[in-house]
Amino acid sequence: MEKVAIIGVGQTKYERNKPETFAELVFEATSKALEDAGISKDDVDNVVSVSSDFWDGRTISSMAISDASNAYGKDITTVEGDGTFGALYGMMRILSGSFGVTLVCAHHKGTESNIKGITNCAFDPLVERKLGIDAISSAALQARRYMNRYGVSEEQLALVSVKNHGNAMRNPLALLPMDITVADVMGSRKVADPLKLLDCSPVTDGACTLVLAAERPAKKLCTNKKRVWLRGVGHCSDAYRLGDRDLSDTRALKDAARRAYAMAGINDPRADVDLAEVYDAFSYMELMWLEGLGFCGDGEAGEQMERGIFNFDGELPVNPSGGRLSAHPVQVAGLQAMAECVLQLRGEAGDRQLNTPETALVHGINGMCGQSHCVWILGK
Amino acid sequence: MPDWKQEVDVMIDAGKISVPYSWTVGTTLSRFYCELRDNGKIWANRCPECGNVFVPPKVKCINCYQDLNDWLELPGTGTVETFTVVRYQEPTLHPRPAPFVYGIIKMDGADTGLLHFIDEIEPEKVKVGMRVEAVLEDERDGNILDIKYFRPVK
Repeated sequence: MEKVAIIGVGQTKYERNKPETFAELVFEATSKALEDAGISKDDVDNVVSVSSDFWDGRTISSMAISDASNAYGKDITTVEGDGTFGALYGMMRILSGSFGVTLVCAHHKGTESNIKGITNCAFDPLVERKLGIDAISSAALQARRYMNRYGVSEEQLALVSVKNHGNAMRNPLALLPMDITVADVMGSRKVADPLKLLDCSPVTDGACTLVLAAERPAKKLCTNKKRVWLRGVGHCSDAYRLGDRDLSDTRALKDAARRAYAMAGINDPRADVDLAEVYDAFSYMELMWLEGLGFCGDGEAGEQMERGIFNFDGELPVNPSGGRLSAHPVQVAGLQAMAECVLQLRGEAGDRQLNTPETALVHGINGMCGQSHCVWILGK
Repeated sequence: MPDWKQEVDVMIDAGKISVPYSWTVGTTLSRFYCELRDNGKIWANRCPECGNVFVPPKVKCINCYQDLNDWLELPGTGTVETFTVVRYQEPTLHPRPAPFVYGIIKMDGADTGLLHFIDEIEPEKVKVGMRVEAVLEDERDGNILDIKYFRPVK
């Protein structure tokens, strides 16, 4: 199969109440990505936008960013989901042979609307929506189910928050760099038991753009240093209705990971992956997803977190960017995680640079409580 | 960043989108809600292939992709599989003021969980594995709120 590379990344700083419109954010991230790749706007063939009409408050919102994303006079299409799924579609476009250099851009202005109202509308209006459930309260149900099934403690969840906010102190783009303790997390305001404020990711604004290219244009347009290859990808979804799933089960993620590992030729993910960016919308999610990704057995991630395995200086650094707990522009998040891994693999991650990583894993989710998963393996 | 951008007084324009919808409830859920409204019964449907019982009833079995024409009445009791105490107020979304409890209740006679409120108990005393029963509204309109909440079985 033909190879596809990420040849450029661009990100805004992730902040609250950014003064730019979402189109201005897309322009900033996309300009930076083109500059990073060292290509001109005319080298770009088409654009995949990752956005949600509900979040933007605008119908067919990708149309509103066609000029900002450099799609004027070209083609723009939309993925309504996490950025990891947008990158998947971007790669598929290139592999189809019908598209050239492809931009994948995502934008999010969470502070312009109401996360609870918008995520409530993700539920069936004929059943659960009337009960007022949203992303936070449904996550709390999942957290309790997971903790109860495997005997995971709130303190073990808190360790994820401590680690990731600490990692964010080395990331100038993160919204919430914080030097905190388990006691700080445990003492933070109760939101929806067992979740407390510091178990939850912050409402965030920002944008991120990736430049994807097939092997030939990638080698023609940019230097080896800039090229990071998409080595494997897998995706799978579970049932829509919360009650139709065992919320502590990671079967869809296990399937997605298995496919990504097979494509990338990874036999032992714990040994073969040098860093991972995992979708920690809530602290407990990082533990669940680490297990689903096969980095440890079911119910074991909390104990391994205690041993520091996933710390910045641990055996397998997880979320060195600070993760979604430190900046969570919804839908941008998957691209943000891919951009972080690209910078790490290129050796351009600044103060948070890990020691010569060669293989990185990026994980994105879509839907409530991780209904759907996308797993990427990136490598130099 | 150019100087003028740092000096500009950025404005905020408050807006709201209000669009009416008329969602059809469909044959499967309409039957469920009619039984609930008219007879005070909680009905489920069963997959002819794997035997899984779904409540609320589903159009297709999620495992076997089979039509579900086999209906049965549930006793209205179940076991708390998980729960949360919601501490934040969201009056436009929540039908009741916080704090209140959501639970996923594994219904007796069914293989799936039903999301609903748990009440008539202090939130701090709710436990996973607790036995609960449905309490129905006296005046019912044919929607999920015809179940008022679940309460501990006495």
